[in-house]
Amino acid sequence: MKLRDLLKKTLPGSRWGVISVPYLWQLLFFAIPFLIVLKISFSKLAIAMPPYTPILEYVDEALTLKLNLGNYAALVTDSQYVQAYLSSIKIAAISTLLALLIGYPIAYVIARMPPSSRNIAMMLVVLPSWTSFLIRIYAWIGILKNNGLLNNFLMKLGIIDAPLQILYTPMAAYIGIVYAYLPFMVLPLYTNLVKHDQRLLEAAYDLGAKPWKAFFTITLPLSRAGIIAGCMLVMIPAVGEFVIPELLGGPDTLMIGRVLWNEFFNNRDWPAASAVAIVMLILLMIPILIFNRVQQRELEGRLT
Amino acid sequence: MKLRQRSLTWLVLGFGFAFLYLPILILMVYSFNESRLATVWSGFSVKWYGELLRDQQMLAAAWVSLKIAFWTASAAVVLGTLAGLVMTRMRRFPGKTLFGALITAPLVMPEVIIGLSILLMLVSMGPLLHLPSKGVVAILIAHITLTVSFVTVVISSRLQELDKSLEEAAMDLGANRIKVFFLITLPIIAPALVSGWLLAFTLSLDDVVIASFVAGPSSTTLPIKVFSSVRLGLSPKINALATLMIAVVSVAAVMGWWLMYREEKRKQRDMQLALQDNG
Amino acid sequence: MPPDNPSNGQNGNGAKDGADSYLRIVDVRKEFDGFVAVDDTNLTIRKGEIFALLGGSGSGKSTLLRCLAGFEKPSAGKIYLDGQLLNDLPPYERPLNMMFQSYALFPHMTVEQNIAFGLKQDGLSKDAIKQRVQDMLALVQLGKLAKRKPHQLSGGQQQRVALARSLAKGPKLLLLDEPMGALDKKLRSQMQLELVNIIEKSGVTCVMVTHDQEEAMTMATRIALMDQGWIRQVGTPDEIYEQPTSRFAAEFIGSVNLVEGVVEEDEADYVTIRSKQLPDAVYIGHGISGFEGQEVSFAVRPEKLGIGKQEPQQKHNKAKGVIEDIAYFGSHSVYHVRLPSGYKFMANFANVQRWASEALTWNDEVWVWWGDNDGVVLTS
Repeated sequence: MKLRDLLKKTLPGSRWGVISVPYLWQLLFFAIPFLIVLKISFSKLAIAMPPYTPILEYVDEALTLKLNLGNYAALVTDSQYVQAYLSSIKIAAISTLLALLIGYPIAYVIARMPPSSRNIAMMLVVLPSWTSFLIRIYAWIGILKNNGLLNNFLMKLGIIDAPLQILYTPMAAYIGIVYAYLPFMVLPLYTNLVKHDQRLLEAAYDLGAKPWKAFFTITLPLSRAGIIAGCMLVMIPAVGEFVIPELLGGPDTLMIGRVLWNEFFNNRDWPAASAVAIVMLILLMIPILIFNRVQQRELEGRLT
Repeated sequence: MKLRQRSLTWLVLGFGFAFLYLPILILMVYSFNESRLATVWSGFSVKWYGELLRDQQMLAAAWVSLKIAFWTASAAVVLGTLAGLVMTRMRRFPGKTLFGALITAPLVMPEVIIGLSILLMLVSMGPLLHLPSKGVVAILIAHITLTVSFVTVVISSRLQELDKSLEEAAMDLGANRIKVFFLITLPIIAPALVSGWLLAFTLSLDDVVIASFVAGPSSTTLPIKVFSSVRLGLSPKINALATLMIAVVSVAAVMGWWLMYREEKRKQRDMQLALQDNG
Repeated sequence: MPPDNPSNGQNGNGAKDGADSYLRIVDVRKEFDGFVAVDDTNLTIRKGEIFALLGGSGSGKSTLLRCLAGFEKPSAGKIYLDGQLLNDLPPYERPLNMMFQSYALFPHMTVEQNIAFGLKQDGLSKDAIKQRVQDMLALVQLGKLAKRKPHQLSGGQQQRVALARSLAKGPKLLLLDEPMGALDKKLRSQMQLELVNIIEKSGVTCVMVTHDQEEAMTMATRIALMDQGWIRQVGTPDEIYEQPTSRFAAEFIGSVNLVEGVVEEDEADYVTIRSKQLPDAVYIGHGISGFEGQEVSFAVRPEKLGIGKQEPQQKHNKAKGVIEDIAYFGSHSVYHVRLPSGYKFMANFANVQRWASEALTWNDEVWVWWGDNDGVVLTS
């Protein structure tokens, strides 16, 4: 069967136009760039414009493919890089857990409210994320400084004598990530919890289960999909975060997003930055694929 | 049980909202601080607002950001609607899984990766496509690519809720697919298009990482400027800027919510009237 | 269109033939991923009649309707409307219109605009459209509500708008998908008759889909009983009720007393059936096309049975039992009479006289009886 006939059979008429426009855009500006990053990760730093060596060379009628593995070698051997990857995962994981612990009660409580107040409450939860992300992180600088609001407040109350060093430590990064991503944790949890049938819990109470038991045996398992969605939405981008560790974290807040940034902007080493990016992608590939599958089904409308 | 539930609710919400809003409120309060030290209150003053409005570079950057955000949002809505139609209305075709992945991956992709990859692509292939590798157009392309996914999610969810029999009825009455889309589907999902637009606008206006990769010397955006300023330390001018942005967003949000509330109330009233005079 | 035009797919026998086979469904089959929803169906529907597809869920009736409308493409078979082959036509090119179960009124348009929508697609002049909309509103008696939006209307009003909208273009065929599905019970009976009036007034041929047997019996001129993709029986309401051709048909419509048995005597003018469930053989007053020893079922409807304390005079078709249950419906009572074999007869008793129902009560010993031709012999 010719390609044209195949296409005609599956995509009659104007459907082709509707599909091709966004498809081509995403291919060109999202998918192909990854391939280019891959390609450049195999080249060497060069004093040139663009600042890297070509990997395909045509010399003396011979086409040679020169794959420089130096960037990847550096990633594996240099402990700084390895530390940064591990540290990123650790920071992202802990922040995700904190966000879950804080976000779940909020989502739960709102889901139980009567419908009219529910919507207002959710709007209030989401509203901060409509204001600038950058500015909200900036706000925490003033709060967490040594002579910042939090320390001044605690010292005034006499709880502490000397200021707590929070800013420019990993602790500040945790706070920052939780703060910035909290709405992304609450939203999917809420969407899930609000669909729960109250009568299931009532049946449990009727059969003698105490509230806490009912929660752990009924509500929690049923909200699994929401928990996974929320955790994915927080953890995956958090691994590659740059702004938060840069503004709030200190020199020992190693995150791979900063490493990439430094390689690119400070060292002007595009190949190295590319290698960092590729490895980051590989690390995140499995969570991203899981998220993709769940999200695609959501978009298409099939019930999981 | 009910009372305990109520007090639990208030406790959780109290802490939750305090956590979310205190930093913002503090920010706004200190924008009126007389002193430069943004953590010691020394008196009420609006001088920082004046300084902000006199800062030509800041204003220029703001203008660039607004322009980019506007066009990003507009393009993202068009692409997002098309993508939404593909995801919700079309049966399986070869390549649909890949398309779905391309549409959903940007939702969680770290921004440093998106920024780096688009820059490298524009540098490598830019001349071929007659596209600049840096500058406003580059930022536009990058932002559109980022925001299309979010807009698609908003529009897809609305399209799913749309009763398919409405579109079938329109076809049955003689309208072909294109007419059905413009006469029936589009007007009904219009609110989702608006929220999608606003979402894309906000995301674009707020982006610092991606813009840093692809911005050129003459295309500094507001977030880039704010970021470089903030790296050096606190500045009450930034507080003033923050307060203005928060004020605008809050007013817009309240207005939007109030409009929707009024619409709902009116619909309910109409339905009651209809039930009463069952003619 | 000249009736003898061979290119229309008719066999040139004139207008009568065209009217008798106005809608022809020929060997239509619809499969979904291996699941057969509609299986090799053949139907011929006459011009001007109201034809009901009656069946439970999964019977294939809705799928068949959607094939007519053009929302599903048949896996096999052809559909002809007034001689025109419909198969390759998209929904917006077919000369038929559908009224949806949910009405599908466009929420962002007024009643007028909804009704005018189809006319606009045809490119009629503004004045022509205006006139037609007025006519339609008058037909369904909704003139005053022209400027309202759907959410400002009650369920019954919405249904009328939906009907007006689907009749506005004067289609050759009107499709109704569970027309009473969204209405509450009281409104239903009233609307059933009104709907039939409007349809007959406009003279349009109508195919409706329903799971409600009462609705089909009340509204339709002919019914096709469907089960799991098959058409089990086609006929007028009384044909199907009084002359079911299968156990399925007998049980689907109304209530029925059904016994299994074997043909004992098979003569030209009478037949007897011996059943374990009845004490004596059943006597049928006509011949059947079966044979001795054939396994058959015998069906007799409850309202055909007589019930009383005295043994009836007739020689055959009577049985003695005990009243075990009584269902009182006000206008009539249904007595459940248990025979010694364990089989329970249902006998209807119209309470023609006030308090007549008091005559028979639980645990009374009674006789039930029926006439020689009151029942039906079923071979499938």
